[in-house]
Amino acid sequence: MNLNELTVTQAAEGLRKKEFTSVKLTEACLARINKRNKDINAFITVCDESAISEAKKADEMIARGEARPLTGIPFAVKDAICTADVRSTGSAKILDNYTPPYDATVIKKIRDQGGVLIGKNNCDAFGHGASNENSMYGPVRNPHDLTKVAGGSSGGSAAAVADNMCVYAIAEDTGGSIRYPASFCGVVGMRPSYGRNSRYGIMPMASSLDTVGPMTKTVEDMALVMECIAGSDPLDATTVPDAVPAYHTGIKNEELRMKNLRIGVPREYFEIEGMDEEVRTITDEKIERLKDLGCKIVDVSLPHTKYAIAVYYIIVPSEDSSNLARLDGIRYGVRNTEGRTLYDMYAKSRRFGFPEEVKRRILIGTYALSAGYYDAYYKKAQQVRTLIKKDFDEVFQKVDVLITPTSPFPPFAIGDKVSDPLAMYLADVMVGPAAVAGIPAISVPGGKTKTGLPIGVQIIGARMSEGTVMNIGYWLEKSK
Amino acid sequence: MTLSIEEVRKIAQLARIELTPEELARHAETMSAVLDYMNILNEVDTTGVEPTFQVTGLENVYRDDEVVECKLRDRLLKQMPEVEMEELVVPGVFD
Repeated sequence: MNLNELTVTQAAEGLRKKEFTSVKLTEACLARINKRNKDINAFITVCDESAISEAKKADEMIARGEARPLTGIPFAVKDAICTADVRSTGSAKILDNYTPPYDATVIKKIRDQGGVLIGKNNCDAFGHGASNENSMYGPVRNPHDLTKVAGGSSGGSAAAVADNMCVYAIAEDTGGSIRYPASFCGVVGMRPSYGRNSRYGIMPMASSLDTVGPMTKTVEDMALVMECIAGSDPLDATTVPDAVPAYHTGIKNEELRMKNLRIGVPREYFEIEGMDEEVRTITDEKIERLKDLGCKIVDVSLPHTKYAIAVYYIIVPSEDSSNLARLDGIRYGVRNTEGRTLYDMYAKSRRFGFPEEVKRRILIGTYALSAGYYDAYYKKAQQVRTLIKKDFDEVFQKVDVLITPTSPFPPFAIGDKVSDPLAMYLADVMVGPAAVAGIPAISVPGGKTKTGLPIGVQIIGARMSEGTVMNIGYWLEKSK
Repeated sequence: MTLSIEEVRKIAQLARIELTPEELARHAETMSAVLDYMNILNEVDTTGVEPTFQVTGLENVYRDDEVVECKLRDRLLKQMPEVEMEELVVPGVFD
Protein backbone atom coordinates (compact mmCIF):
# COMPACT_ATOMS: atom_id res chain seq x y z
CA MET A 1 0.00 0.00 0.00
CA ASN A 2 1.30 3.44 -0.88
CA LEU A 3 1.54 5.89 2.00
CA ASN A 4 -0.83 8.38 0.33
CA GLU A 5 -3.58 5.75 0.40
CA LEU A 6 -3.60 5.61 4.21
CA THR A 7 -6.51 6.92 6.26
CA VAL A 8 -5.94 9.56 8.95
CA THR A 9 -6.19 6.86 11.62
CA GLN A 10 -3.64 4.61 9.87
CA ALA A 11 -1.27 7.48 9.06
CA ALA A 12 -1.34 8.75 12.66
CA GLU A 13 -0.51 5.29 13.95
CA GLY A 14 2.32 4.79 11.44
CA LEU A 15 3.84 8.14 12.35
CA ARG A 16 3.56 7.46 16.06
CA LYS A 17 5.21 4.06 15.67
CA LYS A 18 7.92 5.64 13.50
CA GLU A 19 7.15 3.28 10.60
CA PHE A 20 7.58 6.24 8.25
CA THR A 21 8.07 10.00 8.50
CA SER A 22 5.73 12.86 7.73
CA VAL A 23 8.20 13.89 4.99
CA LYS A 24 7.79 10.49 3.29
CA LEU A 25 4.00 10.64 3.64
CA THR A 26 3.91 14.18 2.27
CA GLU A 27 6.17 13.24 -0.65
CA ALA A 28 3.82 10.36 -1.50
CA CYS A 29 0.84 12.74 -1.66
CA LEU A 30 2.78 15.29 -3.72
CA ALA A 31 3.85 12.55 -6.14
CA ARG A 32 0.23 11.50 -6.56
CA ILE A 33 -0.84 15.13 -7.18
CA ASN A 34 1.96 15.50 -9.70
CA LYS A 35 0.76 12.41 -11.53
CA ARG A 36 -3.00 12.97 -11.45
CA ASN A 37 -3.84 16.65 -11.04
CA LYS A 38 -3.44 17.52 -14.72
CA ASP A 39 -6.30 15.11 -15.47
CA ILE A 40 -8.50 15.71 -12.43
CA ASN A 41 -7.83 19.42 -11.76
CA ALA A 42 -8.52 19.04 -8.05
CA PHE A 43 -5.89 21.59 -6.97
CA ILE A 44 -5.53 25.27 -7.89
CA THR A 45 -2.42 25.68 -5.73
CA VAL A 46 -0.01 22.94 -4.64
CA CYS A 47 2.28 23.72 -1.68
CA ASP A 48 5.31 21.70 -2.85
CA GLU A 49 7.95 23.49 -0.82
CA SER A 50 6.08 24.67 2.25
CA ALA A 51 4.47 21.24 2.70
CA ILE A 52 7.88 19.57 2.94
CA SER A 53 9.16 22.11 5.44
CA GLU A 54 5.95 21.74 7.49
CA ALA A 55 6.41 17.96 7.37
CA LYS A 56 9.98 18.32 8.68
CA LYS A 57 8.70 20.39 11.60
CA ALA A 58 6.01 17.78 12.25
CA ASP A 59 8.66 15.03 12.30
CA GLU A 60 10.54 17.05 14.92
CA MET A 61 7.34 17.38 16.99
CA ILE A 62 6.85 13.61 16.79
CA ALA A 63 10.49 12.98 17.77
CA ARG A 64 10.00 15.23 20.80
CA GLY A 65 6.94 13.22 21.81
CA GLU A 66 4.58 16.10 21.05
CA ALA A 67 2.45 14.33 18.46
CA ARG A 68 -1.27 15.08 18.45
CA PRO A 69 -3.94 13.35 16.34
CA LEU A 70 -3.31 15.32 13.12
CA THR A 71 0.43 15.98 13.48
CA GLY A 72 2.34 15.34 10.26
CA ILE A 73 -0.71 14.36 8.22
CA PRO A 74 -1.09 16.06 4.81
CA PHE A 75 -4.46 17.72 4.26
CA ALA A 76 -6.00 19.81 1.50
CA VAL A 77 -8.27 22.83 1.89
CA LYS A 78 -11.07 24.18 -0.28
CA ASP A 79 -9.89 27.37 -1.94
CA ALA A 80 -12.82 29.34 -0.47
CA ILE A 81 -11.20 28.96 2.98
CA CYS A 82 -8.41 31.34 3.98
CA THR A 83 -4.96 29.90 4.59
CA ALA A 84 -2.21 32.20 5.86
CA ASP A 85 0.49 32.90 3.28
CA VAL A 86 -1.02 30.43 0.80
CA ARG A 87 -2.98 31.87 -2.13
CA SER A 88 -6.75 31.52 -1.69
CA THR A 89 -8.76 32.40 -4.80
CA GLY A 90 -12.21 30.99 -3.98
CA SER A 91 -11.92 29.75 -7.62
CA ALA A 92 -12.66 33.27 -8.91
CA LYS A 93 -10.25 35.49 -10.84
CA ILE A 94 -11.10 38.52 -8.70
CA LEU A 95 -8.99 36.85 -5.98
CA ASP A 96 -6.41 35.37 -8.38
CA ASN A 97 -3.60 37.19 -6.55
CA TYR A 98 -5.02 37.03 -3.02
CA THR A 99 -2.83 35.64 -0.24
CA PRO A 100 -4.65 35.83 3.10
CA PRO A 101 -2.64 37.18 6.01
CA TYR A 102 -4.38 34.81 8.43
CA ASP A 103 -5.72 31.26 8.78
CA ALA A 104 -9.39 30.39 9.17
CA THR A 105 -9.90 29.20 12.77
CA VAL A 106 -10.43 25.54 11.78
CA ILE A 107 -7.23 25.62 9.70
CA LYS A 108 -5.30 27.28 12.52
CA LYS A 109 -6.38 24.49 14.87
CA ILE A 110 -4.99 21.86 12.48
CA ARG A 111 -1.78 23.78 11.73
CA ASP A 112 -1.18 24.34 15.45
CA GLN A 113 -1.21 20.54 15.79
CA GLY A 114 1.44 20.25 13.08
CA GLY A 115 -0.91 19.37 10.20
CA VAL A 116 0.73 19.62 6.78
CA LEU A 117 -1.12 21.84 4.28
CA ILE A 118 -0.55 20.20 0.91
CA GLY A 119 -2.60 22.51 -1.32
CA LYS A 120 -5.80 24.36 -2.14
CA ASN A 121 -8.72 22.65 -3.82
CA ASN A 122 -10.63 23.76 -6.86
CA CYS A 123 -14.34 24.39 -6.19
CA ASP A 124 -17.30 26.17 -7.73
CA ALA A 125 -16.45 29.85 -7.34
CA PHE A 126 -17.33 30.91 -3.75
CA GLY A 127 -19.24 27.63 -3.41
CA HIS A 128 -21.83 28.44 -6.08
CA GLY A 129 -22.70 25.19 -7.78
CA ALA A 130 -23.36 21.46 -7.56
CA SER A 131 -21.04 20.23 -10.33
CA ASN A 132 -17.79 22.16 -9.90
CA GLU A 133 -18.21 23.58 -13.40
CA ASN A 134 -18.52 27.17 -12.11
CA SER A 135 -14.81 27.45 -11.31
CA MET A 136 -12.78 30.01 -13.26
CA TYR A 137 -9.94 27.47 -13.13
CA GLY A 138 -11.78 24.77 -15.08
CA PRO A 139 -14.04 21.91 -13.94
CA VAL A 140 -12.90 19.14 -11.61
CA ARG A 141 -13.09 15.70 -13.20
CA ASN A 142 -14.42 12.69 -11.31
CA PRO A 143 -11.53 10.29 -10.49
CA HIS A 144 -13.86 7.32 -11.14
CA ASP A 145 -14.64 8.53 -14.68
CA LEU A 146 -12.92 11.59 -16.09
CA THR A 147 -15.88 12.44 -18.36
CA LYS A 148 -18.14 12.91 -15.31
CA VAL A 149 -18.42 15.82 -12.88
CA ALA A 150 -16.96 15.46 -9.38
CA GLY A 151 -19.98 17.21 -7.86
CA GLY A 152 -19.85 20.58 -6.18
CA SER A 153 -19.16 22.87 -4.85
CA SER A 154 -16.28 21.15 -2.99
CA GLY A 155 -15.47 18.92 -6.00
CA GLY A 156 -11.71 19.39 -5.80
CA SER A 157 -11.63 18.34 -2.13
CA ALA A 158 -13.77 15.26 -2.80
CA ALA A 159 -11.70 14.23 -5.83
CA ALA A 160 -8.40 14.81 -3.98
CA VAL A 161 -9.50 12.57 -1.09
CA ALA A 162 -10.96 9.91 -3.42
CA ASP A 163 -7.81 9.83 -5.54
CA ASN A 164 -5.44 9.75 -2.53
CA MET A 165 -3.81 13.09 -3.37
CA CYS A 166 -4.18 13.98 0.31
CA VAL A 167 -5.18 12.06 3.44
CA TYR A 168 -8.23 14.23 4.19
CA ALA A 169 -9.62 17.65 3.30
CA ILE A 170 -11.42 20.57 4.91
CA ALA A 171 -14.30 22.02 2.93
CA GLU A 172 -17.45 24.08 3.33
CA ASP A 173 -21.14 23.14 2.98
CA THR A 174 -23.83 25.78 2.57
CA GLY A 175 -26.51 23.70 0.85
CA GLY A 176 -24.79 20.41 0.05
CA SER A 177 -21.30 21.45 -1.04
CA ILE A 178 -19.58 18.78 1.07
CA ARG A 179 -22.17 15.98 0.90
CA TYR A 180 -22.94 16.21 -2.80
CA PRO A 181 -19.36 15.80 -4.13
CA ALA A 182 -18.67 13.24 -1.37
CA SER A 183 -21.48 11.16 -2.86
CA PHE A 184 -20.22 11.62 -6.43
CA CYS A 185 -16.59 10.77 -5.60
CA GLY A 186 -17.23 7.96 -3.09
CA VAL A 187 -15.87 9.57 0.07
CA VAL A 188 -17.30 10.57 3.46
CA GLY A 189 -18.45 14.17 3.92
CA MET A 190 -20.34 15.82 6.76
CA ARG A 191 -22.08 19.11 7.20
CA PRO A 192 -22.09 19.75 10.97
CA SER A 193 -24.85 21.67 12.77
CA TYR A 194 -24.73 25.38 11.99
CA GLY A 195 -22.61 26.93 14.76
CA ARG A 196 -20.71 23.73 15.67
CA ASN A 197 -17.50 24.72 13.81
CA SER A 198 -16.14 28.24 13.45
CA ARG A 199 -16.78 30.01 10.16
CA TYR A 200 -14.07 32.60 10.80
CA GLY A 201 -11.87 32.87 7.71
CA ILE A 202 -14.33 31.17 5.38
CA MET A 203 -15.18 33.26 2.32
CA PRO A 204 -18.81 33.91 3.21
CA MET A 205 -21.56 32.75 0.90
CA ALA A 206 -24.84 32.64 2.83
CA SER A 207 -23.88 33.56 6.39
CA SER A 208 -26.99 32.04 8.00
CA LEU A 209 -26.31 28.62 6.39
CA ASP A 210 -22.53 28.26 5.88
CA THR A 211 -20.80 25.42 7.73
CA VAL A 212 -17.28 23.97 7.67
CA GLY A 213 -16.61 20.26 7.74
CA PRO A 214 -14.13 17.53 6.85
CA MET A 215 -14.05 15.20 3.83
CA THR A 216 -12.44 11.87 4.65
CA LYS A 217 -11.89 8.31 3.47
CA THR A 218 -13.70 6.76 6.45
CA VAL A 219 -16.27 7.75 9.07
CA GLU A 220 -13.71 7.07 11.80
CA ASP A 221 -11.46 9.72 10.22
CA MET A 222 -14.43 12.08 10.08
CA ALA A 223 -14.95 11.74 13.83
CA LEU A 224 -11.24 12.17 14.52
CA VAL A 225 -10.94 15.37 12.45
CA MET A 226 -14.25 16.79 13.72
CA GLU A 227 -13.05 16.39 17.30
CA CYS A 228 -9.97 18.48 16.43
CA ILE A 229 -11.73 21.34 14.62
CA ALA A 230 -15.09 21.73 16.41
CA GLY A 231 -15.85 24.21 19.16
CA SER A 232 -16.79 27.78 19.92
CA ASP A 233 -14.67 30.65 18.69
CA PRO A 234 -14.60 34.24 19.96
CA LEU A 235 -14.02 35.29 16.33
CA ASP A 236 -17.35 33.77 15.19
CA ALA A 237 -20.25 34.89 17.39
CA THR A 238 -22.55 32.29 15.82
CA THR A 239 -20.58 29.36 17.25
CA VAL A 240 -22.38 27.58 20.07
CA PRO A 241 -20.84 27.23 23.54
CA ASP A 242 -21.64 23.48 23.83
CA ALA A 243 -18.61 21.34 24.75
CA VAL A 244 -17.18 19.17 21.94
CA PRO A 245 -18.08 15.52 22.59
CA ALA A 246 -15.49 12.73 22.27
CA TYR A 247 -16.64 11.95 18.73
CA HIS A 248 -13.80 9.56 17.96
CA THR A 249 -14.39 7.12 20.82
CA GLY A 250 -18.13 7.73 20.50
CA ILE A 251 -18.58 6.35 16.99
CA LYS A 252 -17.33 2.91 17.99
CA ASN A 253 -20.13 2.64 20.51
CA GLU A 254 -21.26 -0.93 20.81
CA GLU A 255 -23.56 -2.26 18.18
CA LEU A 256 -26.04 -2.79 20.97
CA ARG A 257 -26.82 0.90 20.88
CA MET A 258 -28.07 0.46 17.32
CA LYS A 259 -30.79 -1.85 18.56
CA ASN A 260 -32.63 0.98 20.22
CA LEU A 261 -32.35 3.40 17.33
CA ARG A 262 -35.31 4.53 15.28
CA ILE A 263 -34.45 5.39 11.68
CA GLY A 264 -36.93 7.54 9.76
CA VAL A 265 -37.44 7.12 6.02
CA PRO A 266 -38.95 10.41 4.83
CA ARG A 267 -41.33 9.47 2.05
CA GLU A 268 -41.08 12.84 0.25
CA TYR A 269 -37.42 12.13 -0.54
CA PHE A 270 -38.33 8.88 -2.27
CA GLU A 271 -41.14 10.39 -4.34
CA ILE A 272 -38.87 12.83 -6.15
CA GLU A 273 -39.42 12.86 -9.87
CA GLY A 274 -36.52 11.59 -11.94
CA MET A 275 -34.91 9.64 -9.12
CA ASP A 276 -32.48 7.08 -10.50
CA GLU A 277 -33.39 3.43 -9.96
CA GLU A 278 -29.88 2.39 -8.93
CA VAL A 279 -29.85 5.18 -6.32
CA ARG A 280 -33.15 3.87 -4.98
CA THR A 281 -31.92 0.25 -4.87
CA ILE A 282 -28.67 1.10 -3.09
CA THR A 283 -30.47 3.26 -0.50
CA ASP A 284 -33.04 0.47 0.08
CA GLU A 285 -30.19 -2.01 0.61
CA LYS A 286 -28.65 0.25 3.23
CA ILE A 287 -32.00 0.57 4.99
CA GLU A 288 -32.13 -3.26 5.09
CA ARG A 289 -28.63 -3.34 6.61
CA LEU A 290 -29.76 -0.99 9.39
CA LYS A 291 -32.70 -3.28 10.00
CA ASP A 292 -30.25 -6.23 10.27
CA LEU A 293 -28.34 -4.24 12.91
CA GLY A 294 -31.52 -4.07 14.96
CA CYS A 295 -32.67 -0.56 14.09
CA LYS A 296 -36.36 0.17 13.87
CA ILE A 297 -37.33 1.58 10.48
CA VAL A 298 -40.13 4.15 10.59
CA ASP A 299 -41.98 5.70 7.65
CA VAL A 300 -42.15 9.46 8.25
CA SER A 301 -43.26 12.61 6.44
CA LEU A 302 -41.66 16.05 6.07
CA PRO A 303 -44.50 17.83 4.26
CA HIS A 304 -42.62 21.04 3.37
CA THR A 305 -39.71 19.26 1.65
CA LYS A 306 -40.75 20.37 -1.82
CA TYR A 307 -40.37 24.04 -0.88
CA ALA A 308 -36.79 23.73 0.41
CA ILE A 309 -35.07 24.48 -2.91
CA ALA A 310 -37.14 27.63 -3.48
CA VAL A 311 -36.39 28.78 0.08
CA TYR A 312 -32.71 27.97 -0.33
CA TYR A 313 -32.32 29.75 -3.66
CA ILE A 314 -33.87 32.93 -2.29
CA ILE A 315 -31.96 33.08 0.99
CA VAL A 316 -28.62 32.10 -0.54
CA PRO A 317 -28.44 34.62 -3.43
CA SER A 318 -29.75 37.34 -1.09
CA GLU A 319 -27.01 36.75 1.47
CA ASP A 320 -24.50 36.12 -1.35
CA SER A 321 -25.22 39.46 -2.94
CA SER A 322 -24.49 41.37 0.25
CA ASN A 323 -21.47 39.25 1.23
CA LEU A 324 -19.84 39.52 -2.18
CA ALA A 325 -20.21 43.31 -2.21
CA ARG A 326 -16.84 43.33 -0.44
CA LEU A 327 -15.14 42.05 -3.59
CA ASP A 328 -14.86 45.27 -5.53
CA GLY A 329 -11.19 45.64 -6.41
CA ILE A 330 -10.58 48.30 -3.75
CA ARG A 331 -8.64 46.86 -0.82
CA TYR A 332 -7.46 43.49 -2.14
CA GLY A 333 -7.85 41.20 -5.12
CA VAL A 334 -7.65 42.10 -8.79
CA ARG A 335 -8.53 45.71 -9.69
CA ASN A 336 -9.51 46.53 -13.25
CA THR A 337 -8.18 49.94 -14.32
CA GLU A 338 -9.47 50.11 -17.92
CA GLY A 339 -12.27 52.53 -17.06
CA ARG A 340 -12.03 56.15 -15.96
CA THR A 341 -14.44 56.42 -13.05
CA LEU A 342 -14.83 54.71 -9.69
CA TYR A 343 -18.03 53.08 -10.99
CA ASP A 344 -16.13 51.63 -13.97
CA MET A 345 -13.54 50.20 -11.62
CA TYR A 346 -16.18 48.38 -9.55
CA ALA A 347 -18.23 47.21 -12.54
CA LYS A 348 -15.29 46.00 -14.63
CA SER A 349 -13.41 44.37 -11.74
CA ARG A 350 -16.58 42.40 -10.99
CA ARG A 351 -17.30 41.69 -14.67
CA PHE A 352 -13.94 40.05 -15.28
CA GLY A 353 -13.49 38.67 -11.76
CA PHE A 354 -16.71 36.65 -11.38
CA PRO A 355 -17.98 33.70 -13.45
CA GLU A 356 -21.53 33.73 -14.82
CA GLU A 357 -23.13 31.86 -11.91
CA VAL A 358 -21.70 34.25 -9.31
CA LYS A 359 -23.09 37.16 -11.30
CA ARG A 360 -26.48 35.44 -11.56
CA ARG A 361 -26.65 34.94 -7.79
CA ILE A 362 -25.67 38.51 -7.05
CA LEU A 363 -28.32 39.73 -9.50
CA ILE A 364 -31.07 37.48 -8.08
CA GLY A 365 -30.14 38.50 -4.55
CA THR A 366 -30.01 42.19 -5.37
CA TYR A 367 -33.47 41.87 -6.92
CA ALA A 368 -34.94 39.82 -4.04
CA LEU A 369 -33.70 42.28 -1.44
CA SER A 370 -34.70 45.42 -3.33
CA ALA A 371 -37.48 47.70 -2.13
CA GLY A 372 -40.90 46.28 -2.95
CA TYR A 373 -39.70 42.66 -3.31
CA TYR A 374 -38.23 41.96 0.13
CA ASP A 375 -41.53 40.73 1.65
CA ALA A 376 -42.46 38.64 -1.40
CA TYR A 377 -39.11 36.85 -1.60
CA TYR A 378 -36.69 37.07 1.31
CA LYS A 379 -39.22 37.35 4.16
CA LYS A 380 -41.54 34.77 2.61
CA ALA A 381 -38.60 32.35 2.23
CA GLN A 382 -37.58 32.84 5.87
CA GLN A 383 -41.17 32.11 6.97
CA VAL A 384 -41.30 28.88 4.96
CA ARG A 385 -37.88 28.08 6.42
CA THR A 386 -39.56 28.12 9.85
CA LEU A 387 -42.04 25.48 8.61
CA ILE A 388 -39.27 23.28 7.16
CA LYS A 389 -37.39 23.49 10.45
CA LYS A 390 -40.59 22.65 12.33
CA ASP A 391 -41.08 19.54 10.16
CA PHE A 392 -37.64 18.31 11.25
CA ASP A 393 -38.21 19.26 14.92
CA GLU A 394 -41.41 17.23 14.95
CA VAL A 395 -40.01 14.23 13.13
CA PHE A 396 -37.05 14.04 15.53
CA GLN A 397 -39.57 13.52 18.35
CA LYS A 398 -40.42 10.22 16.66
CA VAL A 399 -37.08 9.05 15.22
CA ASP A 400 -33.38 9.47 16.02
CA VAL A 401 -32.14 10.08 12.48
CA LEU A 402 -33.34 10.07 8.89
CA ILE A 403 -31.89 8.12 5.97
CA THR A 404 -32.11 9.34 2.37
CA PRO A 405 -30.02 9.26 -0.81
CA THR A 406 -27.53 12.15 -1.03
CA SER A 407 -28.29 12.84 -4.69
CA PRO A 408 -31.28 11.73 -6.77
CA PHE A 409 -28.92 10.58 -9.54
CA PRO A 410 -25.33 9.34 -10.02
CA PRO A 411 -22.55 11.65 -11.32
CA PHE A 412 -23.54 13.18 -14.67
CA ALA A 413 -21.44 14.12 -17.70
CA ILE A 414 -19.44 17.34 -17.71
CA GLY A 415 -21.40 19.95 -19.68
CA ASP A 416 -24.74 18.14 -19.30
CA LYS A 417 -26.51 20.68 -17.11
CA VAL A 418 -24.50 23.90 -17.47
CA SER A 419 -26.98 25.59 -19.77
CA ASP A 420 -29.90 25.20 -17.35
CA PRO A 421 -29.20 26.81 -13.94
CA LEU A 422 -32.62 25.88 -12.54
CA ALA A 423 -32.05 22.17 -13.30
CA MET A 424 -28.73 22.43 -11.49
CA TYR A 425 -30.40 24.10 -8.47
CA LEU A 426 -32.90 21.23 -8.30
CA ALA A 427 -30.01 18.76 -7.94
CA ASP A 428 -29.78 20.01 -4.33
CA VAL A 429 -33.20 18.55 -3.51
CA MET A 430 -31.87 15.92 -1.05
CA VAL A 431 -29.18 18.06 0.59
CA GLY A 432 -30.89 21.47 0.77
CA PRO A 433 -33.51 20.87 3.48
CA ALA A 434 -31.01 19.96 6.25
CA ALA A 435 -29.02 23.08 5.37
CA VAL A 436 -32.08 25.31 5.61
CA ALA A 437 -32.82 23.84 9.06
CA GLY A 438 -29.17 24.10 10.22
CA ILE A 439 -28.95 20.43 11.23
CA PRO A 440 -26.11 17.91 10.71
CA ALA A 441 -26.01 15.43 7.83
CA ILE A 442 -23.37 13.00 6.62
CA SER A 443 -22.92 11.35 3.22
CA VAL A 444 -21.29 7.92 3.30
CA PRO A 445 -20.51 5.76 0.26
CA GLY A 446 -23.45 3.43 -0.30
CA GLY A 447 -22.31 1.49 -3.32
CA LYS A 448 -21.63 1.82 -7.03
CA THR A 449 -23.68 1.81 -10.19
CA LYS A 450 -23.21 -0.98 -12.73
CA THR A 451 -20.88 1.38 -14.58
CA GLY A 452 -18.77 1.88 -11.47
CA LEU A 453 -19.90 5.33 -10.34
CA PRO A 454 -20.20 5.99 -6.58
CA ILE A 455 -23.56 6.60 -4.92
CA GLY A 456 -23.82 8.13 -1.46
CA VAL A 457 -26.37 7.64 1.28
CA GLN A 458 -27.24 10.48 3.65
CA ILE A 459 -27.95 10.35 7.39
CA ILE A 460 -29.62 13.48 8.78
CA GLY A 461 -29.82 14.15 12.52
CA ALA A 462 -31.30 16.63 14.97
CA ARG A 463 -29.36 19.77 15.89
CA MET A 464 -26.03 19.01 17.61
CA SER A 465 -26.41 15.26 17.10
CA GLU A 466 -23.35 14.81 14.88
CA GLY A 467 -22.16 12.08 17.28
CA THR A 468 -25.22 9.94 16.53
CA VAL A 469 -25.06 10.76 12.83
CA MET A 470 -21.42 9.60 12.64
CA ASN A 471 -22.13 6.56 14.79
CA ILE A 472 -24.75 5.34 12.34
CA GLY A 473 -22.53 6.27 9.40
CA TYR A 474 -19.78 4.16 10.95
CA TRP A 475 -21.93 1.02 11.17
CA LEU A 476 -23.38 1.63 7.71
CA GLU A 477 -19.87 1.83 6.32
CA LYS A 478 -18.98 -1.46 8.01
CA SER A 479 -22.11 -3.26 6.80
CA LYS A 480 -20.94 -3.80 3.26
CA MET B 1 -40.58 36.76 -18.99
CA THR B 2 -40.79 37.96 -15.38
CA LEU B 3 -37.76 40.21 -15.84
CA SER B 4 -37.12 42.41 -18.86
CA ILE B 5 -33.64 43.10 -20.18
CA GLU B 6 -34.07 46.70 -19.03
CA GLU B 7 -34.82 45.55 -15.46
CA VAL B 8 -31.76 43.30 -15.42
CA ARG B 9 -29.67 46.24 -16.64
CA LYS B 10 -30.91 48.27 -13.66
CA ILE B 11 -30.23 45.47 -11.17
CA ALA B 12 -26.73 44.94 -12.62
CA GLN B 13 -26.05 48.64 -12.22
CA LEU B 14 -27.13 48.50 -8.56
CA ALA B 15 -24.90 45.44 -8.08
CA ARG B 16 -21.97 47.12 -9.86
CA ILE B 17 -21.50 44.45 -12.52
CA GLU B 18 -20.87 45.36 -16.15
CA LEU B 19 -22.67 43.00 -18.54
CA THR B 20 -22.52 42.59 -22.32
CA PRO B 21 -25.83 42.68 -24.30
CA GLU B 22 -25.64 38.87 -24.69
CA GLU B 23 -25.14 38.43 -20.95
CA LEU B 24 -28.05 40.75 -20.20
CA ALA B 25 -30.35 38.68 -22.42
CA ARG B 26 -29.16 35.40 -20.93
CA HIS B 27 -29.52 36.59 -17.35
CA ALA B 28 -33.02 37.96 -18.09
CA GLU B 29 -33.99 34.52 -19.35
CA THR B 30 -32.40 32.39 -16.61
CA MET B 31 -33.33 34.75 -13.75
CA SER B 32 -36.93 34.79 -14.96
CA ALA B 33 -37.02 30.98 -14.95
CA VAL B 34 -35.62 30.89 -11.41
CA LEU B 35 -38.00 33.59 -10.12
CA ASP B 36 -40.98 31.88 -11.75
CA TYR B 37 -40.04 28.69 -9.92
CA MET B 38 -40.08 30.64 -6.61
CA ASN B 39 -43.83 31.15 -7.05
CA ILE B 40 -44.21 27.64 -5.61
CA LEU B 41 -43.85 29.34 -2.20
CA ASN B 42 -47.19 31.10 -2.72
CA GLU B 43 -48.86 27.71 -2.16
CA VAL B 44 -47.80 27.91 1.49
CA ASP B 45 -49.94 29.85 3.94
CA THR B 46 -47.47 31.75 6.13
CA THR B 47 -49.97 33.97 7.93
CA GLY B 48 -48.62 34.58 11.42
CA VAL B 49 -45.47 32.46 10.87
CA GLU B 50 -42.33 34.06 12.30
CA PRO B 51 -39.37 34.17 9.91
CA THR B 52 -36.26 32.14 10.84
CA PHE B 53 -33.24 34.38 10.36
CA GLN B 54 -30.93 32.14 12.38
CA VAL B 55 -31.10 28.63 13.81
CA THR B 56 -28.87 28.65 16.90
CA GLY B 57 -31.19 30.58 19.19
CA LEU B 58 -28.18 32.48 20.52
CA GLU B 59 -28.91 36.05 21.58
CA ASN B 60 -26.74 39.00 22.50
CA VAL B 61 -23.35 37.34 22.20
CA TYR B 62 -21.04 39.83 23.86
CA ARG B 63 -17.31 40.08 24.24
CA ASP B 64 -15.17 42.50 26.23
CA ASP B 65 -14.46 45.71 24.39
CA GLU B 66 -10.68 45.44 24.58
CA VAL B 67 -8.16 47.03 22.27
CA VAL B 68 -6.12 44.31 20.56
CA GLU B 69 -3.06 45.03 18.49
CA CYS B 70 -3.36 44.03 14.81
CA LYS B 71 -0.04 42.62 13.72
CA LEU B 72 -1.07 42.22 10.09
CA ARG B 73 -0.44 45.78 8.91
CA ASP B 74 2.36 45.08 6.45
CA ARG B 75 0.75 41.95 5.08
CA LEU B 76 -2.55 43.77 4.54
CA LEU B 77 -0.74 46.60 2.72
CA LYS B 78 0.89 43.99 0.49
CA GLN B 79 -2.55 42.78 -0.65
CA MET B 80 -3.67 46.23 -1.78
CA PRO B 81 -3.87 46.83 -5.53
CA GLU B 82 -2.21 50.26 -5.32
CA VAL B 83 -0.35 51.82 -2.40
CA GLU B 84 1.33 55.18 -2.02
CA MET B 85 3.23 56.17 1.13
CA GLU B 86 1.67 53.21 2.94
CA GLU B 87 -1.85 54.32 2.03
CA LEU B 88 -4.42 52.77 -0.27
CA VAL B 89 -4.93 54.58 -3.60
CA VAL B 90 -8.43 54.63 -5.13
CA PRO B 91 -9.91 56.44 -8.14
CA GLY B 92 -11.57 59.78 -7.37
CA VAL B 93 -15.02 59.53 -5.85
CA PHE B 94 -16.19 62.86 -7.33
CA ASP B 95 -15.71 64.01 -10.89
